[in-house]
Amino acid sequence: MSAPTKPLLTARYGISESWKLANAERTGAYRIAREALTSRKPADLKDEVKKANIRGRGGAGFPAGVKWGFLNKQEGEEIYLVINADESEPGTFKDRSIMDLDPHRLIEGAIISCFAIDAHVAYIYVRGELAVSIGRLEQAIADARQAGYLGERPFGIDHAIEVYVHSGAGAYICGEETALLNSLEGRRGEPRLKPPFPAVKGAFGMPTIVNNVETIASVPDIVDMGGDAWSSLSRLPLDGGVRIYGVSGHVKNPGLYEAPVGITMRELIEDYAGGMLGDRPLKAVIPGGSSTPVLDPRRKVDAPAEAHPLHKWHGQSEIDVPMGVDTYRALGTMLGTCCAIVMDDTVNMVEACRNLMRFYKHESCGQCTPCREGCGWLVDVLDNLCEGRGKVADVALLVNISNNMMGNTICAFADGTAMPMLGMVQKFREEFMEAAARDVPEGVRHDESVLAMVEGRA
Amino acid sequence: MAFALTPEREQQVEDVLTRYPERRAALLPILWLCQRQNGWISPDVVKYVAERLELSTSIVKGVVTFYTMFFDEPVGENVVWVCRTLSCDLRGGKAIQERLESKLGCKAGHSSSDGKFTLLKAECLAACGQAPMVQINDHYYENLDLELLDRIIDTHAAKGAEAAAAEFSTFASFHAPTDGDAGSRSSVSSAPPPPSREAVRVATQPPPPADEKGDES
Ligand SMILES: Cc1cc2nc3c(=O)[nH]c(=O)nc-3n(C[C@H](O)[C@H](O)[C@H](O)COP(=O)(O)O)c2cc1C
Ligand code: SF4
Ligand code: FES
Repeated sequence: MSAPTKPLLTARYGISESWKLANAERTGAYRIAREALTSRKPADLKDEVKKANIRGRGGAGFPAGVKWGFLNKQEGEEIYLVINADESEPGTFKDRSIMDLDPHRLIEGAIISCFAIDAHVAYIYVRGELAVSIGRLEQAIADARQAGYLGERPFGIDHAIEVYVHSGAGAYICGEETALLNSLEGRRGEPRLKPPFPAVKGAFGMPTIVNNVETIASVPDIVDMGGDAWSSLSRLPLDGGVRIYGVSGHVKNPGLYEAPVGITMRELIEDYAGGMLGDRPLKAVIPGGSSTPVLDPRRKVDAPAEAHPLHKWHGQSEIDVPMGVDTYRALGTMLGTCCAIVMDDTVNMVEACRNLMRFYKHESCGQCTPCREGCGWLVDVLDNLCEGRGKVADVALLVNISNNMMGNTICAFADGTAMPMLGMVQKFREEFMEAAARDVPEGVRHDESVLAMVEGRA
Repeated sequence: MAFALTPEREQQVEDVLTRYPERRAALLPILWLCQRQNGWISPDVVKYVAERLELSTSIVKGVVTFYTMFFDEPVGENVVWVCRTLSCDLRGGKAIQERLESKLGCKAGHSSSDGKFTLLKAECLAACGQAPMVQINDHYYENLDLELLDRIIDTHAAKGAEAAAAEFSTFASFHAPTDGDAGSRSSVSSAPPPPSREAVRVATQPPPPADEKGDES
């Protein structure tokens, strides 16, 4: 039994006006950056991040230490750090809390990271809607600079560091790292072909590390505790530390919870989020943002072979598998952003699916035909199914369209659309078939179980 | 008349230009400064920005049209974005939109007849745990019900956006599980009260060990 962990990432969230420098410093802000810059070597700091086994918190789960290792600066090149604060994946709302409630942790992480990877400038790309977060960050940066933690000689050492906020202007695709770089450079936020990867040729044609807000905000604790110790806070191997879990939808206490990597979805819903709203049955949960295939609590893990990575959970419900990058991949889904969307038995899955596919149709950048056309077509088919014009063949068509979108495009957006679509049909096929058999519009809503609450009747 | 930024904003442009190795990278920040002053990106603004950054007007226009937050036509005094993505819809987003439409007397995508409000549908605004929610101008209004929504809109109409934001707007909230019968671990009560204007709900404790029934063998 692991002891309850002391909050790390969210340690300052409860402090009054935690976003102000004086308040953050009273609880240790910038102590770790000062030590790192004045008494440690960049290679040593990079090594701690590697040992921490921190998997990127932006969705793909790539080990940050390995990514940093891809840098290979050539003569005349400048390295950039770009912090991805686009946070637009439906269901995801964790990075915003870091910027609003503890911007100095992010800046401290940026300072240490810049020093470690030999960068002098970090850009924080924040989605444009988050005007409050942008204001907080800008004030925090100005205060840190005034205090001598940023600028020509941060903490008196000879390694200039500047941190700038760059505001987006409304476009989900700008969260994709190469689209983000285009947007940073003043272009339309359209993804670029990879390779070259950003670590080789990123912002302004220079080697660039793109990391998520939470990844960078974890760096101070990693450096302070040591990579090994931080890694072992997790319940899983090779997927270290603690992270911020989000829960939205039909739970009693939607919100953000810090916990070790590797708690189960059941724990997240029942123990952290207080259980299901109105104690209704759990029907489905989208585990880590809308691009991750849905989990069905009725389904059992099928891993009889001892060598199977999920053998330990053979026969248990999908929601009893620990939440990790590798465990979830083995389960046929993804951990994504680790922010779950919870749905009770009143939700019509075809309608829920239509809601999300409309999102993707709206957000496809349109460069690739399979993505642009596929997203539109999926919505058309789902519209028909939801409005009583569907045919049984439509269900196979959804699968077909999705299969044709995968692996054929410039960026992972199309896969992130097709995979959850396929997951929905695979796990809730009977509901799609029922919708196809109906010839009158249902007029379904997703909010039956909360309507009374919103209308002030409950 | 040709568009020009105020001297203070002109100064901000100079500052922004120092942040990037390439001039063009200042395009989004400058468009933001212009929209803040002008309310929307008019053809005059496009011309001004193109000249300022030595770009063609078609390049500037191409960028403006890519991003949903840049308005290429005039909008109402207040822009109301109602989130209709799944997490919000699961908590009543549709009811919020319906109420806004009847209250403002216009469908989403349109403006009220007095020009005070433009109502737009938004995709997920990173506030899913506080659903349902709307964004009005720069501020978020979360954990809504219809009554609260009415008060927020009425305050905008009667006292203006700043007063409404001061009274009702929220920023990222964070809260621990309610304790149930598990003892006194919640730090809600020990946390200092948040400043009155900010509706943060805070707590920083993980659930008690008794709640941890994960497989740790
Ligand atoms: C369509 C799409 C949207 C994405 N949106 C985000 C986002 O909003 N925030 C984010 O951090 N990463 C996002 N990513 C992942 C980034 O491309 C990138 O992998 C990540 O920022 C790297 O940081 P990490 O390794 O620290 O996670 C998105 C990826 C795709 C394909
Ligand atoms: S996959 Fe979709 S979002 Fe990605 S580049 Fe192609 S069209 Fe754009
Ligand atoms: S779904 Fe509305 S804020 Fe995320």
